[in-house]
Amino acid sequence: MKFRARELSPAWFIFWLLFWIAVGIVVWLPQTTEIVARWLGVGRGVDVAIYVSILLLFYLVFRIFLKMQSIDRDITKMTQELAIREAKEPKEQDNEQQ
Amino acid sequence: MKIVAVIPAFNEVKNIARVIREIKPHVSEAIVIDDGSGDETAELARRAGAYVLRHRINRGQGAALATGMEFALQNLNADIIIHYDADGQHEAKEIDELVKPIILGRAEAALGSRFLEKKSNVPFLRKLILKAGIIFTRITSGLKVTDTHNGFRALSAKAAEAIEITQDRMAHASEILDEIARHKLRYVEVAVTVRYTRESLEKGQSSLNSVRIVWEYLTGKLFK
Repeated sequence: MKFRARELSPAWFIFWLLFWIAVGIVVWLPQTTEIVARWLGVGRGVDVAIYVSILLLFYLVFRIFLKMQSIDRDITKMTQELAIREAKEPKEQDNEQQ
Repeated sequence: MKIVAVIPAFNEVKNIARVIREIKPHVSEAIVIDDGSGDETAELARRAGAYVLRHRINRGQGAALATGMEFALQNLNADIIIHYDADGQHEAKEIDELVKPIILGRAEAALGSRFLEKKSNVPFLRKLILKAGIIFTRITSGLKVTDTHNGFRALSAKAAEAIEITQDRMAHASEILDEIARHKLRYVEVAVTVRYTRESLEKGQSSLNSVRIVWEYLTGKLFK
């Protein structure tokens, strides 16, 4: 667990801490999942692990999707600002008046 | 009245110079936003007498329009902004008709429509999809317009300042209408011609793209 509290908000730090502790427990004592399985009414412990991971993946994909949209917008903003700053005036010599 | 045309262009060497020469007599200034073209679009546009703003990387037509509008308002003090396509599918002389309602103070936005009266040679499949777009817009923005995805429009400075385009790519057409509805801007539709050539059909939006545009529109709206 290499989380530095400064990079994560406290709430998320606790969430991930608990999450990895849970992962640790499941790795060391796989049979604990059976308890959760029975509590949730799902057949086997392995199934619980699969369901949880799918949910987690969905959530992470969603987060990445949001992040990508915000990065996209930032890039657009920078591109637009650069374009305006480096705007070029029309070239005069080719105009018909001259 | 300072009328400024905003023309997003992506790899338009073939048409850009002609398009600028065509519209020049009808506007005060033309701005071409070169949306990361890999060809000489920017240079040709400049030589034809347009201001050129260059997106270093391609950001899409919506983003290009936004860039051009900001420049037109801030740096050129535009009174009226025209959105115009770089591929030459519009009729330059129709700019005069498009700006009229704005000059007369009858509207803040004049939207070009190819279905209002003139006979654009709209291919059948394209027509079907455009009609679907119109129904879609009626549901999402409540505006009753006859042609929602026409790139030819005129906006007063007030309207241009109010309208905020966040859809980088093609969904900006619906977004502009949403913004018109949201800010309760007075709008009129003006009949315009859209020329469909084989080339413009190949390079322009494929009809299948409409699905993606709807997706972009919805996700963009949900996650602002």
